[in-house]
Amino acid sequence: MTSARPTLVALGRGAALAGLALLGLAAGLVMLAAVLLTFLVGLVVVFPSAVRLARAVTRVQRGLAARWSGVSIDEPYLPAPPPPVPQADGWYRDGRTLYKRPTVPAFNKRWNWMTKDPATWRDFAFLLSAPVAGGFVAAAPLLAAAYGVVWAAGGNPVMGAAWILLAVSTAYWYAPWAVRMHGRIAAALLGPTEKARLAHRVSRLDAARTEVVDSQAAELRRIERDLHDGAQARLVAIGMTIGAAEQLLESDPQAARALLGKAREASATALQEIRRLVRGIHPPVLAERGLGDAVRALALDSPLRTHVTVDLPERASAPLESAAYFAVSELLANAARHGDATEAWVDVSAQGPALRVTVTDDGHGGADPERGTGLHGIERRLGAFDGVLAVNSPAGGPTTAVIELPRAFLARPAPLTPWRYLGRLCWALWPIPLFPQGLVAMVLKLVGSPVKSWFLALHMPQPFQWPVIVGMIALGGGLLAVALASTVRTREKEGGACA
Amino acid sequence: MRVVLAEDLHLLREGLVALLRAHGFEVVAAVESGPELLAALVGERPDVAVVDVRLPPTFTDEGLQAALTARRQVPGLPVLVLSQHVEQLYARELLADGSGAVGYLLKDRVFNGEQFVDAVRRVAAGGTAMDPEVIARLLASNARNEPLGRLTPREREVLELMAEGRSNAAIGQRLFLSDSAVGKHTANIFAKLGLAPSDDDNRRVLAVLAFLNSK
Repeated sequence: MTSARPTLVALGRGAALAGLALLGLAAGLVMLAAVLLTFLVGLVVVFPSAVRLARAVTRVQRGLAARWSGVSIDEPYLPAPPPPVPQADGWYRDGRTLYKRPTVPAFNKRWNWMTKDPATWRDFAFLLSAPVAGGFVAAAPLLAAAYGVVWAAGGNPVMGAAWILLAVSTAYWYAPWAVRMHGRIAAALLGPTEKARLAHRVSRLDAARTEVVDSQAAELRRIERDLHDGAQARLVAIGMTIGAAEQLLESDPQAARALLGKAREASATALQEIRRLVRGIHPPVLAERGLGDAVRALALDSPLRTHVTVDLPERASAPLESAAYFAVSELLANAARHGDATEAWVDVSAQGPALRVTVTDDGHGGADPERGTGLHGIERRLGAFDGVLAVNSPAGGPTTAVIELPRAFLARPAPLTPWRYLGRLCWALWPIPLFPQGLVAMVLKLVGSPVKSWFLALHMPQPFQWPVIVGMIALGGGLLAVALASTVRTREKEGGACA
Repeated sequence: MRVVLAEDLHLLREGLVALLRAHGFEVVAAVESGPELLAALVGERPDVAVVDVRLPPTFTDEGLQAALTARRQVPGLPVLVLSQHVEQLYARELLADGSGAVGYLLKDRVFNGEQFVDAVRRVAAGGTAMDPEVIARLLASNARNEPLGRLTPREREVLELMAEGRSNAAIGQRLFLSDSAVGKHTANIFAKLGLAPSDDDNRRVLAVLAFLNSK
């Protein structure tokens, strides 16, 4: 009885999917009506509601595909447009028209967002075709059984019994397969296309780049202001003081000496300011020692008892090191400031070509990237390199933050182990015994051709010819098998290292 | 006293040479790159070396590395390191062998010729000369250290000066205290931090630095 359970579950799911397909068809018809009304009659206001209905239904389908069929389907939609923002004079601009209220510009934005998204039309296609494609496949055993019942009721019990028997006997294999199949059919239309995926990535990178350029410009302005108001002003003052001292040198050496002392003090202050500024731009220890020692230096300066482990094959590029450094700096400062931590652990390591930094502290947790501007700043800095920050900070602690920067190190080809070398050798050699020496020789032998050419078997004495041919074929097959095994093994290893 | 000097900026190098000569030092070599420095340190065996951290050819921590290598070959070779910025990490590396005779100062400190020369002499004599900023950062990162919190403000001042590498007499001069008052403060500090007292100035300084570095 236990083995019947998955079948029954699958049958139930198939029935539910078929029912849902009918519901989807209804939504599809509503949308068809809305499209007709919109484009033939011009009743545009119904369109967004219809699209929202279609998206709600397809969202349920995606959820079921993930839960029942094990096929995860990403949402393919373009990001929703931001609400319209009024101009300085309180009007809303949309193209070349001004509006007093945001309703129309908001509608236009929504309209463009929906009609220009191919996913809208793919949803539409799915809703109209789902009952045919997915629902039918999923519910086939039930339909077969129902068909049998119809036959039986129509006075043909033999045909009826045959159909029902077919349905019952195949349901065990068919029903789970059908549910999986339904998920795949759904994925074909409901998932993002490769183009949409790329477009999404481009728009994300575009946003990241804009943010980086903006923040860089702001940073440069800050540096300019700091230099202008700080060190530069002090240098001017120093120059003037020295000039005054020069003039007093003859008449009042005592005053000149006092002025020079002042100039020296001012130069020390200017140096201090520049030092602080430089530390914020590119910390000298990072330039001198690289990320590992720079993080160790951070740990020493932190009031937390900080344990650092570093395992890096080489230095990453300077901008990347800098992004990682400032991220660690911010995370450690956060831990000391908000988290009430006393101890922290920093782990810097290379994961294949990626750089991963983990910062853990024993504070009381509750850090939220959505709220902290510091964490958001880190994400922005990392975003420029496709890097990500993941923070796990349950209330009560501990807090763990993981930074990952892909492509920090050059991917170097794996070393040629003997096993890989053997694999390559086998790849190069396997056709020779299998084809010319094996199969071709066999054909020539069967045909009784007088040609011997370089086929070893045909040069052998008569009784050894067949054994050599068979041996050659076996050798070729064996080499191919070894070559395949070696490749699969290497792939698995590399896949395992990346995961 | 024989000095080896390494500094890549021509003006500063000449300035330092002039300053040291004026105070009676004999500058046996004034070099401008890491490899030259290592050769001079091992070849000349000076009484003290004054070394810039960042030197050609790589402009990273060439000078520091050369100094550390030389100290491995010639244990206890007195080295005073100068830099535009100070790092606890570098201070630790210099102090790691526990033999003292090291200094680590910001370049700004050469502005005050007297104090700078005093630091060079201290290092040459086997003492230490740590920049006040190094000590400030050491203390800041020890902010949650229990025993340090029990020091009185005066004792803390004495501790800071001691960590910089000053003798009891110099501390007394600085804080306008009598020798015996300084002695009492140091005894209190050592008791509160749980360190074994010592009559030798240099050893006392190293003990304090080791305590602060053991965070």
